[in-house]
Amino acid sequence: MNNKIENTLFQCRAINKEFGNVRANNDISINVRTSQIHALLGENGAGKSTLVKIIYGLLQPDTGSMTFSDKEYSPKSPKDARALGVGMVFQHFSLFEPLTAFENIVVGLDKELGEKELHASVITLSESYGLEVNLSSFIGDLSAGERQRVEIIRALIQKPKLLIMDEPTSVLTPFECESLFKTLKKLASEGTSILYISHKLKEIADLCDTASVLRKGAIVGEYDPKKMTPRELGEIMVGQSLFEPKRPVATNKSNKVLSVKINEVKPDTQFGVTLKNIDLAVNQSEILGIGGVAGNGQEELMQILTGEKKDRNVSIKYMDNDIEMLNPRERREIGLAFAPEERLGHAAVGNLNLLDNSLITDPKKRFQKKMGFIDFGELNAYTNEIIEKFNVKTTGVSALASSLSGGNLQKFVVGREIGQKPSLFIVNQPTWGVDALSAANIRQAIVDIANTGAAIILISQDLDEILEISNKVAFLTNGNLSIPTNTMDIKTDEIGAIMGGISD
Amino acid sequence: MFKLIPRENVSPVLSLLGPLFSVGLTMIVGGILFYFLGVDPFAAIKMIFWDPLMSETFSTYSIPQIFIKGAPLILIALGLSVGFKANVWNIGAEGQYIMGAIFGASFALSFYPLESIVIFPAMILIGVIGGFLWSMIPAFLKVKFQVNEILVSLMLVYVAEQILALASLGFLRNPDGAGFPGSRNLNQYTSASNAEIIAGTGIHLGVLLSLLMVIFFYVLLFRHSLGFKIKLLGNSPKASGFSGDNPNKLIFLCLTLSGSLAGLAGIMEVAGPAGQINIDFNVGYGFTAIIVAFLGRLNPIGIFFAGIVMALTYVGGELTQFMLNLPAAAIQVFQGMLLFFLLSFDLFVHYKIKLKGNK
Repeated sequence: MNNKIENTLFQCRAINKEFGNVRANNDISINVRTSQIHALLGENGAGKSTLVKIIYGLLQPDTGSMTFSDKEYSPKSPKDARALGVGMVFQHFSLFEPLTAFENIVVGLDKELGEKELHASVITLSESYGLEVNLSSFIGDLSAGERQRVEIIRALIQKPKLLIMDEPTSVLTPFECESLFKTLKKLASEGTSILYISHKLKEIADLCDTASVLRKGAIVGEYDPKKMTPRELGEIMVGQSLFEPKRPVATNKSNKVLSVKINEVKPDTQFGVTLKNIDLAVNQSEILGIGGVAGNGQEELMQILTGEKKDRNVSIKYMDNDIEMLNPRERREIGLAFAPEERLGHAAVGNLNLLDNSLITDPKKRFQKKMGFIDFGELNAYTNEIIEKFNVKTTGVSALASSLSGGNLQKFVVGREIGQKPSLFIVNQPTWGVDALSAANIRQAIVDIANTGAAIILISQDLDEILEISNKVAFLTNGNLSIPTNTMDIKTDEIGAIMGGISD
Repeated sequence: MFKLIPRENVSPVLSLLGPLFSVGLTMIVGGILFYFLGVDPFAAIKMIFWDPLMSETFSTYSIPQIFIKGAPLILIALGLSVGFKANVWNIGAEGQYIMGAIFGASFALSFYPLESIVIFPAMILIGVIGGFLWSMIPAFLKVKFQVNEILVSLMLVYVAEQILALASLGFLRNPDGAGFPGSRNLNQYTSASNAEIIAGTGIHLGVLLSLLMVIFFYVLLFRHSLGFKIKLLGNSPKASGFSGDNPNKLIFLCLTLSGSLAGLAGIMEVAGPAGQINIDFNVGYGFTAIIVAFLGRLNPIGIFFAGIVMALTYVGGELTQFMLNLPAAAIQVFQGMLLFFLLSFDLFVHYKIKLKGNK
């Protein structure tokens, strides 16, 4: 222990982990000190998840060692990790939907305490950390923020010394984020260390004491996020300089491309959202951003816009034509293009290769010869063009879509749609789970087609993204759309009120 | 206990080896079965797979027979495979096959003894329509009321069998047949006979059509946008909707293809090798074709070879029946094993098995 750093709670040294030929973790060493919020920053695929899975006992390292509270630490399972004082809150919730919040919290606990005592201790915990949850609600009825609080309570009830949080803010409203940060700061001040995984640079600057940056499986360095700008941090993370796309300079704003009016549309399933009082319009060369937290009607609105769902209470006018009864293919044929949120299984199909995936949206039958035969030459050329233009990393056109990483597949999908040169492009969550550089490229591509005259509807839960490139913004809350306002005129605290006020 | 974990990379070699492997395993387990039935397993297996092709005594008769028995299997399996690709599970091809035969034969016999060259093509068309109409019942119920097509198509097989009995004993019974069940023999009615096209072999138009259909379906599935739409629907109904396809139209298309081809196979059979409508006219081609479709990996070329292998077990099975006294049911078990082993093998191709608790 000659290189021991003061107050070290957790230390890992020279961790290596390979999957096949891929070295997910390459000689990783980090120190997490007591009472600190330590950021693990890196792009998708940088090795963050692998590392925390090793720390939480879900994976075993090939080589390397770890110490926890000055003792040798090598958990064989999450159970070992929890017993020693490591807790984790996953990005994708691992809650049982048919059980209540309380049942979810206590399931898997060694039942030394009686039900009543457990109940009391859960309540104390949730009150003292501001983790408000209705314990008797079923998980299926809770919002994303509430579900996350259930997860946090579940982790905290084991009294961990080290709490791992995997991209916790990806599903939260700005308001929910703030209350989460308060909770985490309080936990840290009381002696808990937090390993905070994220690729959102601003929140790391706000919250974390130290940041270890990972790139391609290796540690780039340890930085003090308070002394750096988010952009500097981002460039370290990406390994090259970043650019910020500028919103389009609309010149011919008066040419209305699309207007949509929805009185009321009931959802198809009981978990869906009813769309109400939606009135939006978008002009040429203009990006209309639609913000809001997931599950407030984005999916439903997207289905109405693509034509996958048709409803009598909807009126859609596209360049003076009523198109509400057209199906997606017919809409594409007159110049619309769409990129839905779900990449695999909706916008693209994992079991099919990229050629087939190019065929999914084929307006104007570009890839068809006479009588519906497929023109493989044309299809091949177009698919290669997307791969090249959008820098899609893949082994070739015959690679299965499922073999692409999330970011690469998204580049492919957006590229496929933009390549059709649409007059109106409607996109939902274009950069969700996409690395910073690809995200910037995708945004730039969207701005570029807007600058050449296309109208864009950008539905996104990433507020920064919307504020960065849209000309007008509106917010979806509970299926209602706020009145679109100019992005320049809107103030950040107003956004919080619109989004948080109704959804909370 | 065991846990199944999906493999990240499914080996294409393994998935091609599957059918070969399952044929091999069927031989071994089938041999054990034959042993317990009191038959020399080596002689029986040799008689099923080798003698029909290579024995001097049998091969001149059996080789054409393989194509004759293979033709309906290939025709039906091609139609079914399209539906299976789109997750439309028509397992009632047997019924559509019967109805194709009844429709076509009824049409032709209604003109008896009038001779005309129009009768034969019209009879084939009517036969195809018979199979098509029978498959439209599950299609309609599925699209309109979301009724499971597996159940409907299967149950309609039994209805079709009753209609077959009715036809054989009633409206199609041969008036000159001394009261025996069964229709007039279409082979003795020149205008309706599906006569052999190569003298002395029994090879008929249906064999030729089955080969043409292999090419047709290959083009449809791999070169035409309809084939792509079918594949897309089977892989992801949501992506299919996003593409702008109407799933109901594709369901109708799939059942149209499978019903029509089963009907075609039925009319070819009744006017050719079978000769007449009778109570026991159907011999399970419609069900065996399901095995053929999967054994052929839902690929038209694969289906061709699978149909030939399956026909081999029929022809070889007949040989073992009269040479070794193996019961006919033993051959059916043998064919069933093929699908069973193929599906089991597929499981191992697509999944790893992990003992829970161990690393």
